Amino acid sequence: MATNDLKLLSTPSSPFALRVKIALNIKGLDYDNIVETMNPKSDLLLQSNPVYKKIPVLIHGDKPISESAIIVEYIDEVWNNNGTPILPSNAYDCAIARFWVAYIDDKWYNSSRNHLVARNEESKKANFDQMEEVLLRLEDVLNKYSEGKEFFGGDKIGFLDIGFGSYLSWLRVTEKMIGKKVLDETKTPALVKWAEAFVAHPAVKGNLPEIDKLLEFAKGLVQRMVAAAACPK
Amino acid sequence: MADEVILLDFWPSPFGMRIRIALAEKGIKYEYKEEDLLSNKSPLLLEMNPVHKKVPVLIHNGKPIAESLIAVQYIDEVWNDKSPLLPSDPYQRSQARFWADFVDKKKIYEVAKNLWTKKGEEQEAAKKEFIEIIKLLEQELGDKTYFGGDKLGFVDVALIPFYTWFKGYEIFGNFNVEKECPKFIAWAKRCIKIESVSKSLPDQDKVYDFVVQIRKKMGIE
Repeated sequence: MATNDLKLLSTPSSPFALRVKIALNIKGLDYDNIVETMNPKSDLLLQSNPVYKKIPVLIHGDKPISESAIIVEYIDEVWNNNGTPILPSNAYDCAIARFWVAYIDDKWYNSSRNHLVARNEESKKANFDQMEEVLLRLEDVLNKYSEGKEFFGGDKIGFLDIGFGSYLSWLRVTEKMIGKKVLDETKTPALVKWAEAFVAHPAVKGNLPEIDKLLEFAKGLVQRMVAAAACPK
Repeated sequence: MADEVILLDFWPSPFGMRIRIALAEKGIKYEYKEEDLLSNKSPLLLEMNPVHKKVPVLIHNGKPIAESLIAVQYIDEVWNDKSPLLPSDPYQRSQARFWADFVDKKKIYEVAKNLWTKKGEEQEAAKKEFIEIIKLLEQELGDKTYFGGDKLGFVDVALIPFYTWFKGYEIFGNFNVEKECPKFIAWAKRCIKIESVSKSLPDQDKVYDFVVQIRKKMGIE
């Protein structure tokens, strides 16, 4: 049993669960990783996150916390003396980091998902264009805030690095599925470099899903989503 | 150096109201700049929130913060000498953030909009969803005076602005929130007794007139 009494309800493919794993690793924390099949959802999951019934859920002792960004902030606050800080210390920089993570979870999440299940070329293009816009904006942010250092957080990976970095495996899978570069060094060179540094980071690398396994999972998921959308209600 | 605080806002915006309440709770002097969203967006707005081009935007010493809950947290962190909005305990903070995020995730504004723009089945579905959301919030409130416990907190600030829109929801949606969710209304009435809240929120009748005006513009009978 983990000494801090930490349990993480997760799935191997979830970028949101990955955020929590990275945060726990940054703080050097042991935890029980409980892999949920999601079909059916376990009693523990239903009890711990009755509102959304989703993973990730971090259970600290008997206290459950849901929503990945909120969990990461919790970890950073409780174990503020462990490892390195995840949120910036300056309130304004914190607001900026939170802003961009919220932006990513809205614009990137929706467009990258919708792009994969889009049923016509027009919709595919609109979503791809939105994805490109996100990447161009993040390139700007990276150039503006990293001050020439490797990560959005500077020398160390921070909230925004974790926020977007957690999507990188799915980004690679999307590239394989559409046979086209999404992260393109001719358009976002800094972001390409950043991605390489992120996936190689010690707190990240052991935890990334295998791309081939994720690809199979993604194909199955897309098929099911497309079929569900096509079914008359 | 004195702080320069500006709020770009639009008077009926529930999101803007959140920031107004937070600033009032902390006793912060600020300049209120009205954006008339029924006409063109000002150059200042486009400069300060180029990503979303929306209000509210808090501008502190020339630096913009967009997204109301992020701005409220910023205010709480910078002006941390009085009236804390977030609890000091990390677990309680995570729960406050969770429920404030819930208010936004459930898109009360959009769901409720269907109450005053749609009819028939769509309106009924919106009504059902709206009541479900409020009931879940009632459950979370429990026996507490406020979501923040004894005092106004982050979730209270996130949620109370929508109360100013209830007259429109009820008249056009043809239902009574107090009948369905009496605890919620009792909580709302307690909140608006607080000075920082009452002076930051527009009159329900004024908001109702605004809803009527918008419906006319949208060509809804």
